[in-house]
Amino acid sequence: MQQTNKLQPFFENLEFEREDNHMVINFGPQHPSAHGQLRLILELDGEQVVRAVPDIGYLHRGMEKMAENMIYNEFLPTTDRMDYIAATSNNYGYALAVERLLGIEDKVPRRAKVIRTILLELNRIISHLFWLATHALDVGAMSVFLYCFREREYAMDLMEDYCGARLTHSAVRIGGVPLDLPEGWLGQLAKYVNELPNNIKDYEDLLTENRIWRMRLEGVGVIDADLAKSWGCTGPILRATGIEYDIRKEEPYELYDELEFDIPVTDTGDSYGRYKLYMEEMRQSVRIIQQLITMYDKTEPELMAHVPQYISAPKEDIMTQNYSLMQHFVLVTQGMRPPVGEVYVPTESPKGELGFYINSQGDPYPYRLKVRAPSFWHCGILQDLLPGCYIADIVTIIGNTNIVFGEIDR
Amino acid sequence: MMRPYTPKDNVQAKAYYTDRFWVAPRIAEEPVPKEGIYAEDLDALSAKCKVLKAYIQRGQLVIHIDPKDNITALKTLKEERWYEMLSEMSAVDFLAERGGFEVFYQILNLNTAQRIRIKCFVDENEAIESVNPLYRSADWAEREMWDLMGVKVNNHPYLKRLIMPDDWEGHPLRKTYPLEGDEFAQWYEVDKIFGKEARDIIGPENRDPARIDRYDTERFARLGHEVPRGTPPEELKKLEEEGVVTPVRYQEEEGVFLVKDLNEEPKVLDKRK
Repeated sequence: MQQTNKLQPFFENLEFEREDNHMVINFGPQHPSAHGQLRLILELDGEQVVRAVPDIGYLHRGMEKMAENMIYNEFLPTTDRMDYIAATSNNYGYALAVERLLGIEDKVPRRAKVIRTILLELNRIISHLFWLATHALDVGAMSVFLYCFREREYAMDLMEDYCGARLTHSAVRIGGVPLDLPEGWLGQLAKYVNELPNNIKDYEDLLTENRIWRMRLEGVGVIDADLAKSWGCTGPILRATGIEYDIRKEEPYELYDELEFDIPVTDTGDSYGRYKLYMEEMRQSVRIIQQLITMYDKTEPELMAHVPQYISAPKEDIMTQNYSLMQHFVLVTQGMRPPVGEVYVPTESPKGELGFYINSQGDPYPYRLKVRAPSFWHCGILQDLLPGCYIADIVTIIGNTNIVFGEIDR
Repeated sequence: MMRPYTPKDNVQAKAYYTDRFWVAPRIAEEPVPKEGIYAEDLDALSAKCKVLKAYIQRGQLVIHIDPKDNITALKTLKEERWYEMLSEMSAVDFLAERGGFEVFYQILNLNTAQRIRIKCFVDENEAIESVNPLYRSADWAEREMWDLMGVKVNNHPYLKRLIMPDDWEGHPLRKTYPLEGDEFAQWYEVDKIFGKEARDIIGPENRDPARIDRYDTERFARLGHEVPRGTPPEELKKLEEEGVVTPVRYQEEEGVFLVKDLNEEPKVLDKRK
């Protein structure tokens, strides 16, 4: 027979009714609009929030500890599971950090750079579509959700055609990419990105002038420039405060210094302004991908950097040359040994600044790896942002800050 | 046979083979150029506090300071040199080698797009001053640093565990923290829900996802009236007649609508293949 269930409700000493008419309520950790496992402890005066304490850690998997016990190549698929909405941006952020640690950043072949940049921007589109879909659903616009998921599905089909996975891609390697684009893929991509601006216009027709959408977003969750800078907010949240800072432009990596694109900025600081930025960023991603499609044909077929000390030789060499085989064996069983030193490498993920700090002591395992995930700070700011809001706005604000718990808890 | 010695001060994974003549190369620590923004930053900083070491590594300025000067240094750089964003801070565990932590602050100047890493070495029993008044982002960063590394922070407004549960013991990112889960972690949920005395009854957690529980039950919808799997039909019938167990009546037998008998030839594994 089974044990009778002794599990009692457990409220951790929360006082639900108090003398000052304030009420403390527990929002989450299971809440459909919390976009993951977010628990908010809210002190309410009527419907107004007086104090908010976000409680995180429900999705903690100890990724930084795992990284310290894995060789560098082994950790790459784990980074997929951080921001699982746009996995390639994590893979790329990590790969770039290791490449800079090794000093082989400029040895990555041009074709690999083109493919990586295409994947990064396609992931940005996937992530922004997902954001718009779920945010609109939270605020009450069901049809936008269905339209966005349709387009996101096409983009994920493209990802699947390239790397075989839809969410956890691992399509980037340290030193390049493992595969060339399949035949006809660029044609399908071109068709998709040429169609996308029309779809974006459809979403805007449904939302931009929609009375309910505007009433629920305008003037809600206003973050001013000082607060955003103080809390380390990046990405669309920072750009909505009037600061034009995009790592792709300011500290260019990959091919971004050769590409033409604009950084949308607004100074409203509210949720509606951020919505406008996201829509415009998708258009800019389309523009970037269109330029990359023409760049691809002018590249040599090489895909991985040629650095035998750190990166395995191409498959033909491994199968035909003894020394390449030996090196491949050592790199797979023992792992590469980067030089002693440390790097902090920021990249612009769809959500903001994704940085990897790697401290290497010359071992095949990183001595310390710290992930600077944008959502972590965008979630921390809730404790300064929510007081003064109404409880109905909380859903808008959480949805609008675009937080993903895979990368907050890591 | 002697058991191989495993050092207790670092239980992390280690390379299984290293050539005895192998010397790890180092990334060059380039001197700070005499002119330019980094030179001006360094001048402004050394006017206010002692700079132990400064160099450029992979394009970023790294400055080592005394841990007591962390507020002065960050304040100078923030207010005089516009490093207005603390993009990251954390610590690196050097307890085994040097008996302390290396705390780093990664700051960013949004106007010039330049980044500086301020580093200081904190002894294990020493506490570092909170930089929360300067940067709000230090609030959570310091809580996480305390939670996972165990670096003490003074004058933090709410120094509480951020990621691990409030009553957790130990700091998981330390090199000494066991990888397999210690005794505290193993019994955490049992102790919390049922109490320590229930450890013997419940037994250790089985993490085998393909495990087949021999004490499994059927008819578990009615709590407290479950039937052990494999109860003989005659005994079950007796229990049903006594009213201890609710009889199941299928749609096919004029019983409850939609409750279909899908039971023909059940496929139950008794043990793992």
